[in-house]
Amino acid sequence: MSRFSRFFFRNRRYDDISVSIQEHIDERVDELMEVGMSREVAERTARRDFGNVTLLRERSHEVWQWQRLESLLVDLKHVFRRLRRSPGFAITVVLTLAIGIGANTAVFSVLNSVLLRPLPYPEPEQLVSLHLNAPGAPGLAEFRKELRLSASMYLTFASHNRVFQSVGVWSSNTASITGLAEPEQVNTAMISSGILETLGVPALHGQWLTESDQDPHGLGRVMLSYGYWQRRFGGDPGVVGRTISVDSQPRVIAGVMPRGFKVVNYDFDLLVPAGLDPVKEHLAGFMYHGIARLRPGVAISQANADVAGLLNVWMDSWTNGAGSDPHWYLNWKITPALEPLKETVVGSIQTVLWVVMATIGVVMLIACTNVANLLLVRADGRQQELAVRSALGAGRWRIARGLLLESVTLGLLGGTAGVAVAYAGLRLLTTIGPGELPRLSEISLDGWSVAFTLVLSVLSGLFFGAIPVFRYVPSRQGPTLLGAMRTASVSRERQRGRNVLVVAQVAMALVLLIGAVLMIRTFLAMRNVDPGFSDPASLQVMRLSIPETLVHDSMPVVRIQNSILDKLAAIGGVSSTGFVASVPMSGAEPSWDEILIEGKQNESDNAPMRLYNYVSPGYFHTAGTRFVAGRDFTWAEIYNVRPIGILSESLARELWGSPQAAIGKRFHEFSGQPWHEVVGVVQDVRENGVDQVSPATVYWPSLMNDVTASDKLGVWRTMYFAIRSNRAGRQDFINEMQQAVWSVNSNLPVAEVSTMQDIYSGSMARTSFTLVMLAIAGTMAFALGILGIYGVISYAVSQRTREIGIRMALGAKKSELVWMFVRSALVLTGVGTAIGLGAAAALMQLMRTLLFGISPLDPVTFLAVPVALVAAAVLASYLPALRTSAVDPVEALRAE
Amino acid sequence: MAKNPEHRDLFPGALEIMILQSLKLKPMHGYALVKHIKQVSDDLLQVEEGSLYPALQRMLKEGWLEAQAGTSTKGRPTRIYRLTAAGIHHLESEVVSFERMFAGFARVLAAAKA
Repeated sequence: MSRFSRFFFRNRRYDDISVSIQEHIDERVDELMEVGMSREVAERTARRDFGNVTLLRERSHEVWQWQRLESLLVDLKHVFRRLRRSPGFAITVVLTLAIGIGANTAVFSVLNSVLLRPLPYPEPEQLVSLHLNAPGAPGLAEFRKELRLSASMYLTFASHNRVFQSVGVWSSNTASITGLAEPEQVNTAMISSGILETLGVPALHGQWLTESDQDPHGLGRVMLSYGYWQRRFGGDPGVVGRTISVDSQPRVIAGVMPRGFKVVNYDFDLLVPAGLDPVKEHLAGFMYHGIARLRPGVAISQANADVAGLLNVWMDSWTNGAGSDPHWYLNWKITPALEPLKETVVGSIQTVLWVVMATIGVVMLIACTNVANLLLVRADGRQQELAVRSALGAGRWRIARGLLLESVTLGLLGGTAGVAVAYAGLRLLTTIGPGELPRLSEISLDGWSVAFTLVLSVLSGLFFGAIPVFRYVPSRQGPTLLGAMRTASVSRERQRGRNVLVVAQVAMALVLLIGAVLMIRTFLAMRNVDPGFSDPASLQVMRLSIPETLVHDSMPVVRIQNSILDKLAAIGGVSSTGFVASVPMSGAEPSWDEILIEGKQNESDNAPMRLYNYVSPGYFHTAGTRFVAGRDFTWAEIYNVRPIGILSESLARELWGSPQAAIGKRFHEFSGQPWHEVVGVVQDVRENGVDQVSPATVYWPSLMNDVTASDKLGVWRTMYFAIRSNRAGRQDFINEMQQAVWSVNSNLPVAEVSTMQDIYSGSMARTSFTLVMLAIAGTMAFALGILGIYGVISYAVSQRTREIGIRMALGAKKSELVWMFVRSALVLTGVGTAIGLGAAAALMQLMRTLLFGISPLDPVTFLAVPVALVAAAVLASYLPALRTSAVDPVEALRAE
Repeated sequence: MAKNPEHRDLFPGALEIMILQSLKLKPMHGYALVKHIKQVSDDLLQVEEGSLYPALQRMLKEGWLEAQAGTSTKGRPTRIYRLTAAGIHHLESEVVSFERMFAGFARVLAAAKA
């Protein structure tokens, strides 16, 4: 018979035992009567000889029981009975815990999914990012932390390294897909060979792209992402081998990657071979992200050393064209700084998540202390009962177990409800979470999260349960039957435990509030920064690309772009239009290079890097970027390819002292290129977000002499179109925009349609996310802390009714009594505040990277928050203290 | 429970082996077992009811015995305990190990005397 069925057939067993024992006694009685005893005496003797029948029966039963479990079940039954008797208490505690545990589980799930879970590639610990530092490249070093790889670097590394199993480079791009339905612009990852081998995820259908697809003269194939395959081909496996038109070039679909596959953290639609041509590549062109898979046993430091050596090989093997010095790049002091790929993926969000996790953890601690406080009050009421049970011989462990069982039960109930809270919270988070949160789509409540909840529930139950246990389980020396009476000394003793809890709560609440206020001040400081554009909500942005395969020559490209502007300007409600190669905060960077100034000897080989951008006439007016000096380009100048340029204010000041002085001065990109005259200076633009310095920027006309061949014209083919209109963001407006574009050329897809406001908010997403999380946590902590003070004072008042009565009878004034209680609250808050200030001063240093325009020890915050907290504490204690005035001294004394 | 100072406690396993050995002769009910052991041991061993019934339950649980509804010698309803195959097997291995123990015990005592 299995244990399980035994459990249910036990009652029959018990009957058997009873029958056996009964017969045994009867037989004994018979026997005794046979030797001449009376029935009465015989029965008595038989029973006496037999011993305690009940005990014996129990011991026989026990053989069949899971004894520990059953006594636990009995205790559990008591726990539930007690909880049902005080539903208010039970609901308060379970709700408090549900919120606390739920919030923790939700944040842990995020932390787990984003930071702890390994990357979804086989043997992810072997994967590294090929980061390069170039501290000697001024301009670039301030604006971007790392230097990307050039194609020639990749070709060098791939063929000469001794540390990688495989290596590859990739770059995000876009492509126009035509011929399927409406023309569509999709996100592509341009990949070199080696990327798919490095990441190691097999194709879902078809095969990987191969080395031969990289042939720049061949007809490269493409691969689809799972999402694009579903969206555009309905998940048809027969798609492999079909031909699609990518940037007006026919390409065969080689395969489909599985669901969830990303190139590092880039969500692409199409994998397109980069088609690197070893014959044509230069040293320059730092546009690729590199990833590699280390050989087993190779440490990152070894790989760094190997790559550092290859940088010399690289400079020896390539040039930037005839006459240029390949060893010029020595000035840049390029050093490899390889890092685990995971660091690249989760990067900057780490601090935010750990801060939020710690914050929510503190809220949980505060919630636990509140629950402990409630339990203390409850245990207070059971003091007599516990003392009696102890006196009657209940073991200390048994009593402690009962108390702990109750708190762990509460913890588990709270945890169960918490899972629901966490689930709802995560749904909310994945919809409002910052777009830059990496791996957002991977966030889920998995086994680890549930295990975390379970552990947290039990631990918190033990934590807040242990406090009443230490305080109330009678010591072995003797039960405190007498002490349970309401004597002054005992209640003071008991009050001390609660006081400690309140001080801890105040301190923790203060830390969280200071963190929240610092984030609010950071957010306000960011809002106050002039981003270099105005009224972003009415600025509509979209990206348009005119591939070479569609329009070959440069001049017609500008004509098409210009006529699209005209069509857009004709839409109702549009006040201004223009286009630019990169809108601020979009993450797109057209290019970087130095400029040469007329009349100035290029004193060092180490000229600063400047951000290059390309604009149409009217763009600055449309974006709301102010002219500090000079004027805009005109269309006539664009078509005549007049050599002119516009500079950013900081660049003009750096070069010529003032914006006005810059007008009429000349500069160019390479010697041999025509000199460009400065016609205007515009205010600085926060290209990489409001909290990042504005890079020194050169604005070129969108049509120029090609840098590589002076007889050709160069044009920027992918442009962001900016449209100023009070109808920005509305769907009917977007549809009209699309029609306007297609009325010029029906093969042009429109991409990344958004308002500048979305881009602007997105760039502040991390700050506002942290802000919201800290504000929620701070508010919860504040509310719980104030509630704690209120609870302690009102309990103190109710406990000291008799004392109040005596004092009043002796002539104490009500105001004095009220002050007595308010003062004790002030002392508690004061101590908590002092501790909290110290802790905050230390902890806020950890948040330094999240702050902007404000010190982690901002005096205003460190003064205002404690004052507000103390004021709230005074109020919270004043209300219950007022109740002392309701005490009737006669009643109070008689009640004893 | 009346404790007879003349009877010392049995060592662990002794009660079980006596029950098994007794039931090997024939199935019996509880009272009969007590009487049987008392008789066979010439009153030297006395099984206390306080030990017998829990022991019987333990052995039932181990599967060495099975219990059936039956009637006592006096015709009253009771439970008759019967040895199972597992019980016989257990008895045999226990007897072997007991005999080895007794042999060792006897040698130690003999050595102490000499």
